[in-house]
Amino acid sequence: MTNASEQSEYAIEAKGLSKHFGNNIAVNKLDLNIPKGSIYGFLGPNGCGKSTSIRLLTGLLEASEGDVTILGKSLLGHEESLKKRIGYMTQKFSLYDDLTVQENLNFVGAIYGFAGKRKKARLEELLALYDLEKQAKQFAGSMSGGQKQRLALACATLHSPELLFLDEPTSAVDPENRREFWERLFDLCAAGTTILVSTHYMDEAERCHSLAIMEEGNKRADGSPQALMDAMPATVVEVSGNKLRQLKQTLTQHPEILSAAQIGAHLRVLVKKKVQDPLSLISKLSDGRETVLARPSLEDVFVTCTGGRHGD
Amino acid sequence: MGISMWIRVYAIFIKELKQLSRDRMTFGMIIMIPLVQLMLFGYAINTDARHIHAGLVDLSQTSESRAVEQALVATQSVDFIARYRSIKEAEVAITKGEIRAVLYLPADMTRRLFNHPLYDHKQTDSQLTQPIGQWIVDGSDTVIASTIRALRNMPLDEVANHTATRTAPSFEVVQYFNPEQRTVVNIVPGLVAVILTMTMILFTSSAIVREHEHGNMEFLITTPVRSIELMIGKIAPYVLVGLLQVAIILCVGHWVFSVPIKGSILSLLGSSILFIFASLTLGLVLSTIAKTQLQSMQMTIFILLPSILLSGFMFPYDAMPVAAQWIAEALPVTHFMRMIRAIVLRDASLLLLGKDALWLGLFTIGGIIIASLRFKKKLG
Ligand SMILES: Nc1ncnc2c1ncn2[C@@H]1O[C@H](COP(=O)(O)OP(=O)(O)O)[C@@H](O)[C@H]1O
Ligand SMILES: [Mg+2]
Repeated sequence: MTNASEQSEYAIEAKGLSKHFGNNIAVNKLDLNIPKGSIYGFLGPNGCGKSTSIRLLTGLLEASEGDVTILGKSLLGHEESLKKRIGYMTQKFSLYDDLTVQENLNFVGAIYGFAGKRKKARLEELLALYDLEKQAKQFAGSMSGGQKQRLALACATLHSPELLFLDEPTSAVDPENRREFWERLFDLCAAGTTILVSTHYMDEAERCHSLAIMEEGNKRADGSPQALMDAMPATVVEVSGNKLRQLKQTLTQHPEILSAAQIGAHLRVLVKKKVQDPLSLISKLSDGRETVLARPSLEDVFVTCTGGRHGD
Repeated sequence: MGISMWIRVYAIFIKELKQLSRDRMTFGMIIMIPLVQLMLFGYAINTDARHIHAGLVDLSQTSESRAVEQALVATQSVDFIARYRSIKEAEVAITKGEIRAVLYLPADMTRRLFNHPLYDHKQTDSQLTQPIGQWIVDGSDTVIASTIRALRNMPLDEVANHTATRTAPSFEVVQYFNPEQRTVVNIVPGLVAVILTMTMILFTSSAIVREHEHGNMEFLITTPVRSIELMIGKIAPYVLVGLLQVAIILCVGHWVFSVPIKGSILSLLGSSILFIFASLTLGLVLSTIAKTQLQSMQMTIFILLPSILLSGFMFPYDAMPVAAQWIAEALPVTHFMRMIRAIVLRDASLLLLGKDALWLGLFTIGGIIIASLRFKKKLG
């Protein structure tokens, strides 16, 4: 319900949200119900409409069609009052390279109405929390990817928003920093912040409470990672042996096989669920190489529901 | 609400100032543009301000009069290339263009010298305050006219064997042909107008575009900053930049090119601020249209060309065709050109120039309204 009260259990509700750029449909009839206090992921390749969806939900772009309700208020007409309650970390670093960390934080603090002692205290808190005390006097433009990312997160959360949008926050960050970053997100989440994060990394998507798999502006599937894996319309068979490259060629020709991808010494084969005995089918096709059933992963889910393999 | 608005405007203002002071290139341009232009325009016209060909009518024929002549030659400003028996003869020579100036020393020059208030303490200013001689100048060349005018207060201590205790004109200067003065004296205040147009519009037209290009706008839009706050905060530093440039041009013009500054500082400040605001809002409107810094640059040049050609800077306004005058009237710079020349050269007060001032004010208000309407807090 769009006129739901503040007590709405959802932080974000979207119905039929679409955005057209000329003939290009960047987002196509997106429906979302993101519960408060959760971490929700947008998973999809570049150009699938993740950033555009986030810009629509933050009120940065005007939707071509559809309704959005943010924190129980219709986005249309409440953009300005909602701005105090949401935070946004853009995909491209959007702070000032020619200002220092301290100056950037100071600027953002003033923009959000912080002043005097209150601002000073909040900045000190953030510098400590995001491990930026040593960099306080350094120009933002001269920092590493991980440091920039922490500064951007500090600025996006300076006003303690109830809802936080993060657009590919870890794309310029090494795996070690990525782990730390996710720990921080869970801290924020535990403190009651709802987080929407976009990514094209499977392992990151797997950390979300629930996620949407997106392709070419469409939501192909959504739910918790476990539910998505359980509901996957395919069985996973692993083949090991020699000449896997040639075998892959033959297997992918078969109409009942959705995909085959080499992972180390194995070939990971996705067989349509309607096939009664996938193991014997693959054994027959692979000339007696060793075959075993395997547990599905999020990547398998992604592969089955994208690239024209969804729907049947 | 009201206070937090000014906190935000101030935050943007400080941020912009810091960025400006760290952008060495831009900062250098702010200082260098006026200096280079001044030197170019000033010296291009000021090619030979020394050794002006002058004539002498010496009716005194005393050792003092010869000492005055020598003191003048020693300044290198003038060379006396001819002598005339009467002022009539000399005037003819000026009209023919044989000489550019004439020094007329009357028969009672010696008496005037010793009675001159510079050297006679008993004289009060009202008595016998005659200058010791008179310069008659061809005013059609203002460089020459201003060089001779600079001699007006030349001390004649050595001639009089006294040290001057007060200042009073030594010579009277009469200008022929061009009492209203053109070129250098006209060019310096005109340059104030042209340079302000150039830098003010250029900096602001790229101000908003830059935030877009560097991706800062995407974050800013999701904050509570309002468009009017962003605009005020972003253009305010350039008011200071503009006033700095006015000061540079007028000071250098005054000290290097001896441009007299007759008007009051208050009128100067008032008219400059009005024009700076008008130019800044014009730049803001352009910045809401431009998508890239290159586009904003092109639009600035589009405005700059008519500003230089039609504002009265290069060609006299009255001599332009009516259609060109209409275009000129629409440009803020034309109004400011009139105001600054009147203030600097003729000591006009801002109140006397009410029409032009009003027009600049209206232009600013209209510009701000258009810019805020056009600047939506949306992307794309
Ligand atoms: N401002 C825009 N104008 C035109 N097309 C756009 C614009 N922004 C995005 N698109 C298009 O929309 C699609 C989705 O882009 P985007 O949301 O940036 O994808 P992602 O963030 O998932 O990589 C792409 O095809 C892109 O070219
Ligand atoms: Mg993106």
